[in-house]
Amino acid sequence: MSSSPIIRFKDVHKSFGSHNILKGLTFDVEKGRTLAIMGPSGTGKSVTLRHIVGLLQPDSGLVEVEGHDMAHIPQAEIAEMRTRMGFVFQSGALINWMTVADNLALPLRENTPLSEDEIARRVSEKLDWVHIADAAHKFPSELSGGMKKRVGLARALINDPDIILYDEPNAGLDPEIATAINRVICELTNNLSVTSIVVEHRIPCVKAVADEVIFLDEGRALLRDTPKNFFSSEHPRLVRFLGDQRDIPTTT
Amino acid sequence: MIPTRLIVAFFRDWGFRLDLYLKVNARLGDIPRRWQWITEQLYQSGIGVLHVILLVGTFIGMIAALQAGIALSTVGQQDQIGTFVALGLAREMAPFITAIILAATVGSAYAAELGTMAVSEELEALEVMSIDPLRLLVLPRLVALLVMCPVLTIICNIVGVLGGGFVAQAQYHVSFDLYMELALEALRATGTWIPLPKDIFAGLFKAFVFGAIVTVISCSCGLRTHGGALGVGTATRRAVRDSIIAIIISNYFMTWIIYR
Repeated sequence: MSSSPIIRFKDVHKSFGSHNILKGLTFDVEKGRTLAIMGPSGTGKSVTLRHIVGLLQPDSGLVEVEGHDMAHIPQAEIAEMRTRMGFVFQSGALINWMTVADNLALPLRENTPLSEDEIARRVSEKLDWVHIADAAHKFPSELSGGMKKRVGLARALINDPDIILYDEPNAGLDPEIATAINRVICELTNNLSVTSIVVEHRIPCVKAVADEVIFLDEGRALLRDTPKNFFSSEHPRLVRFLGDQRDIPTTT
Repeated sequence: MIPTRLIVAFFRDWGFRLDLYLKVNARLGDIPRRWQWITEQLYQSGIGVLHVILLVGTFIGMIAALQAGIALSTVGQQDQIGTFVALGLAREMAPFITAIILAATVGSAYAAELGTMAVSEELEALEVMSIDPLRLLVLPRLVALLVMCPVLTIICNIVGVLGGGFVAQAQYHVSFDLYMELALEALRATGTWIPLPKDIFAGLFKAFVFGAIVTVISCSCGLRTHGGALGVGTATRRAVRDSIIAIIISNYFMTWIIYR
């Protein structure tokens, strides 16, 4: 039985100057499902994620999250919705002058009346989830790229969000850490019914975490299917994009 | 003929800065909650540049005394060096020099810090977490410079007058006691409306305004940075350049209003 979509794009267009990035993008995601978005660089994958959190507004078309038109709801309501969303940035985007623990605690201190003890408990729990509990008192400059990404993931989870958006969660990671991160994404979907959108180039990650995959090309969703059917598709554009990578096995 | 593009960019820049200033002012009620970060900024923008203010302030006072002495000694009035140095420092030089030093050191740091955060997606991360960057980043910096610019101006005044006294005594044989007596006497003059030493408070008022100018311009340049490391460099350069221009122009108008 399918539920109503929690995220919906309908004929979304977005341009930056003379560059048309999204040219009529249409797709939706149901609650508790994980959608992966693949596609060539510069085709609008990260731009799509930024529309969902309200960092960008479409030039035309509809971006709907939990039934709200993101282009027409007040800022205060967007801010409230964002507390139920997590965003894992490609670079980690950690606040450089704060320790890892303070980075995680920041949204709780700013947006909730929780006590410092409760905040510390939640920070410790989330760092445990991504296996870097011993990094709590380090600064981002003291962390490797993989650790930064895991801290970014822990920070995205700190509010126990309903929706998590991942911008290339496996980029720049070694296979062991990539597998660990993919496992966390799967656990969130399976155990907590979190809705996820994963922008990713790495096929093992997509195969491991996604319920469905969209192929984004020239600002449109060219193809959508389950990972199994997606990677066995003979669509000429997809075949050209994936090259000899189609048969890479799953990592989790 | 100035291209339309430059005129539009000019008004967009200054409109953004005015909007930023008004928005941060609307968040002043958040000061007690931000005390820890305000304290850090007070330290960085105050203690961090104190040695520069001490050194430059002393030499500015010495230069002022030297120039005043050259002119006054031709008419045998070198005893009045203290009056000239004290008034010159309190009215113009101390707030102006302090603001220029703060623009070059603290303002450039503000632009670079916020610019680096902008290009490394940290500002977007704050927005996504429903955290207001103006409360977290701009408010503590504004409060810090609103406090420290007048405080450092007072320090600049003191060391400048002392430096001038040294030159007056060493170069023009004016006794230090007489120099200080005339300097303090000149500064005691009160204003028409406010029964307080007018020249000191005029200088401190200017310093307060300069503190706001440096913070708002520097933070606005930082927040609007794009284009990686090159963009951070451009933002920092613009922050210092625009701050200095705004300090000089606003100084003229404040002087005109206060002393006309």
